[in-house]
Amino acid sequence: MSVIEARQAAVKRGGRTIFGPASIAIGAGEMTALIGPNGSGKSTLLRLFAGLWRPDSGDVFLDDRTIHSRPRKEIARRISFVPQETQIDFSFTVAEILAMGRYAHRGRLKPQSQADRAAALTAAADCDITYLMDRAVNSLSGGERQRVLIARSLVVEPEFILLDEPTANLDIQHALDILALCQALSRKGKTVVVATHDFNLVTRFAARLILLEAGTLVAQGSREEVLHPETIQEVFHVDAELASTKAGDSVYVFHQRAAG
Amino acid sequence: MSAAAQSNPVTNVSSRSRLRLPIFYGFLVPIIFLSLLAGVGIGSTHISWITILQVVEFKILPHAWTASLHITQADAVIVWLIRVPRVIVAFFVGAGLAAAGVLLQALFRNPLAEPGLVGAGEGAVLGGVISFVTGWSATSVLSLPLMAMAGALLALFVVYVMSTRGGVTPVATLLLAGVATSALLSAVASLLLSVNIVNWQIAQEIVFWMMGGLDARTWTHVWLCAPFVVLGVAACLIQTRDLDLLQLGEETAASFGVDVESSKRMLTLTAAILTGAAVAVAGLIGFVGLVVPHAVRLVLGPSNRVLLPASALTGGAFLVLCDLLARTIHPPTEIRLGIVTALCGGPLFIYLLLRQYRGVAN
Repeated sequence: MSVIEARQAAVKRGGRTIFGPASIAIGAGEMTALIGPNGSGKSTLLRLFAGLWRPDSGDVFLDDRTIHSRPRKEIARRISFVPQETQIDFSFTVAEILAMGRYAHRGRLKPQSQADRAAALTAAADCDITYLMDRAVNSLSGGERQRVLIARSLVVEPEFILLDEPTANLDIQHALDILALCQALSRKGKTVVVATHDFNLVTRFAARLILLEAGTLVAQGSREEVLHPETIQEVFHVDAELASTKAGDSVYVFHQRAAG
Repeated sequence: MSAAAQSNPVTNVSSRSRLRLPIFYGFLVPIIFLSLLAGVGIGSTHISWITILQVVEFKILPHAWTASLHITQADAVIVWLIRVPRVIVAFFVGAGLAAAGVLLQALFRNPLAEPGLVGAGEGAVLGGVISFVTGWSATSVLSLPLMAMAGALLALFVVYVMSTRGGVTPVATLLLAGVATSALLSAVASLLLSVNIVNWQIAQEIVFWMMGGLDARTWTHVWLCAPFVVLGVAACLIQTRDLDLLQLGEETAASFGVDVESSKRMLTLTAAILTGAAVAVAGLIGFVGLVVPHAVRLVLGPSNRVLLPASALTGGAFLVLCDLLARTIHPPTEIRLGIVTALCGGPLFIYLLLRQYRGVAN
């Protein structure tokens, strides 16, 4: 199974190092959550993994070769990126949006094949948006649009799906729906990485956590290995205590840290 | 999933409200044909459609076939040397401006982008003025469209760099950058004009052309414009999938395998060729690139594979009809063509701008 691995990768902006150097790998068809406060480098790491940004030092490998030595279309066929910004100003239908997702397979001029059509239908069914196919994407609700964007990333039939804050603009019910969908995808063998600041929600679904702070790796591993009340206090600057729900889930209860 | 329940019926826009392509072309093709016929036939001297067809036959078919036709010299001159080239130039200028509008709207991800609003038009005008005052246009006719294209390219580059940060172009920044760049470029064009005002003949030619219009267009103008417009539209047609994805955002386009930088370079160059070819023969005619793609998008949807050719053809027919209106509404004087297109496009522009600020866009 394929692996994306950052090796001592660092990103600089305006002469300042905003991320790294850090060595982190993802793969193995797991669902991984990338957590940390705002500005901790979650989005940066996600873009490094997606091959959208080039590290200023160090390397990002996709299996045995660096990601940037591979053709843009090969990366696009293997790694899907779902951006946070979901506003679309043009009235494309959902079906058109899904068809666009096959660019890396079809190129500029090849007509739509049976495989292209099948991939779009499967992706729509997986994300439960088949009933939206004829709708204009700019007329959908936030939750519907997020599902469409995830479906568009599935149309590619990728090995990796990287999502940047997929639940940021959603209410709790739709946030849980989206995360359950991500978990279902990882169970089908996709490597799913979700960057989010809302670790309380995501930790119920993700098998593995990567905790970042100020562009550096604080901890990675299972929920138990990464999240302690002390770590949360350290990274997020709030007091937290662990509580259990009736369903047996553990949740964190936060308190504003007392002044001084 | 309760997702079905949350969809808002008020904003429920379905693709079923779009016109099917055969129906659209079923209307458009006769409209194009009739607009060309009306453009040639109607004017200070009315010419019947039979005479028009006879003259055209006489000019393009082998003489052995058309020996039996009786055509007066006056009709032949009016039709073939005055009206036909003017109508053909109008068609290609309209097609070029509309296609350039579609490209710029995708490039800036904004339905308000238009050659005249993002600096490309004024850039092309300045390029043309330079080719007039240096005398290059007198030595080589091709220098006019080439300089206009170079000017449009430069202006687009400046506006893009000024208004776009990290692949995002805020509408206010785009319009301000476009207005500022246009003002600067047109000031330079006016300066060149003032300096050369002593040469009355050149000055008059420049003024006439800066105002925009299709007076006294000849077959030379057809050949200066049409091949570039055909080339530009053909170049657009092989990039429609890149255009679609770029409209969703540069990062999204890149993540789906588009080589964003090279695509943007190609698109900017194509938009400059189309704008330059149009401005070189007709001066700056505003709002065609805004009105036509907007109307076609409402009817056919935003997919560029469909939108681009339909907009180019509609733009051609639109400008032929606008020119007909400009020539005939207040005889014997002709109204400037730019006034007619601005009267159509200005209100639409204001409407779109207001709507965008309310957060709903087409």
